[in-house]
Amino acid sequence: MNYIWNWSVFFDEALPGVTYFDWLLSGLKLTVTIGLSAWLIGLVLGGALGVMRTLPNRLLAGLASAYVEVFRNIPLLVQLFIWYFVAPELLPGDLGTQIKAMNPFMQQFVAAVVCLGLYTASRICEQVRAGIQALPKGQQMAGLALGFTLPQTYRYVLLPVALRIIIPPLTSEFMMVFKNSAVASIIGLLELAAQGRQLVDYTAQPYESFTAVTVLYLIINMSALYVMRWIETRTRVPGFLGKH
Amino acid sequence: MAYHFDFSTINTNTIGILGEGMLVSLKITAVAIVVGILLGTAIALLNLSSSRILTRLAQFYVNTFRSIPLLLVLLWFFLIVPQVLQSVFGLSPAVDVRMASALVAFSMFQAAYFAEIIRAGILSIPRGQYHAALALGMTRGQMMRLIILPQALRNMLPLLLTQSIGLFQDTALVYVSAISDFFGRAYGIGERDGHIVEMLLFAGAVYFVICFSASTLVKIYQGKIAS
Repeated sequence: MNYIWNWSVFFDEALPGVTYFDWLLSGLKLTVTIGLSAWLIGLVLGGALGVMRTLPNRLLAGLASAYVEVFRNIPLLVQLFIWYFVAPELLPGDLGTQIKAMNPFMQQFVAAVVCLGLYTASRICEQVRAGIQALPKGQQMAGLALGFTLPQTYRYVLLPVALRIIIPPLTSEFMMVFKNSAVASIIGLLELAAQGRQLVDYTAQPYESFTAVTVLYLIINMSALYVMRWIETRTRVPGFLGKH
Repeated sequence: MAYHFDFSTINTNTIGILGEGMLVSLKITAVAIVVGILLGTAIALLNLSSSRILTRLAQFYVNTFRSIPLLLVLLWFFLIVPQVLQSVFGLSPAVDVRMASALVAFSMFQAAYFAEIIRAGILSIPRGQYHAALALGMTRGQMMRLIILPQALRNMLPLLLTQSIGLFQDTALVYVSAISDFFGRAYGIGERDGHIVEMLLFAGAVYFVICFSASTLVKIYQGKIAS
């Protein structure tokens, strides 16, 4: 093959004063922003749904389980298109019109974050449920027998342990949210994967461009792993050694 | 302002086009499952081999593919596969190899995920099975092929199936290379007729029905082998 390698391409100027490397960095920043925002939504909503699934109330448990089935059985890309193209049309009142009046970047960003956040919530819900159900039944009974109300039992007995033992599976979900955020490039957000494609078009050096993007994703992944491991050691339950 | 739904776009005419698209999605899924399981088994065996270099290689393969987004894997293969085909087989650049690229990408990506499931399956087989097979005079190859793998695959079947349902959903990503699978066609028709809202909801509903039924079947099967 007569491909001419040129690794210094990243220092060439894409626009006056802006190098291709700056493009990659701005893509990285957007990927991290989307990922962290979606993770926040996923954690709060997923935690609530996970608790709901374990409640004695049939209706609440059923609602949470329906949520999980809907979000897990539709491809993420289809969900994203629905949030981006369909939701603004169907929202009641002026909300849809207001969304359509926002600048295109904000429309794409909001759609991507909402989509990824709600999707991640369905996955976190299952982890939280598994964590609570992994505890011996006696824990809840003991809590109630001691005169705690059900919310108090969750607050002081079940959740403090359950949330800590699910940190290892949550680690892979956390890494997943950044990988999944690459679909946002399809609706036009210039995150990392999209910057990679743009670099290919502008520089005609596809191998260097994709290698750089791949390395940046590996770095995101390793940082995510590192942060979660740190939290894991800090919050380890004495006597509950988990998998190791 | 309430939206006025108009599902007239979904008629016998478009259902046929969408059906063909669904066949494309299913074809990618089927190829990736078959190749992914074969390649995944090979990688799992390398990973568990006694050679440290082979173990490292297998781990490198699995870790790399699992660390980057599927979308990026697809972009890589849409770049590499046509070039390899051209330089090795002298294929003309005009030939459309997007489908071949997608098949290779999905197969190799899935192999990394299948490999981890299969590795866990092999490790879950009690050690006595290995000792008994070797004591009966089997070679290591016979032991794997006749004793360990059949049991491991049976144990891992629910997980492999669940992973495959995820794979089927992921095939919608071929949208990036404009291969007209089910989703690409649904969106295309919606755009052409000005009914994107209806077509996207319809596509979501179809995926939901298929994946929900499939995962319910897997759950029933899982319950059966557990009891």
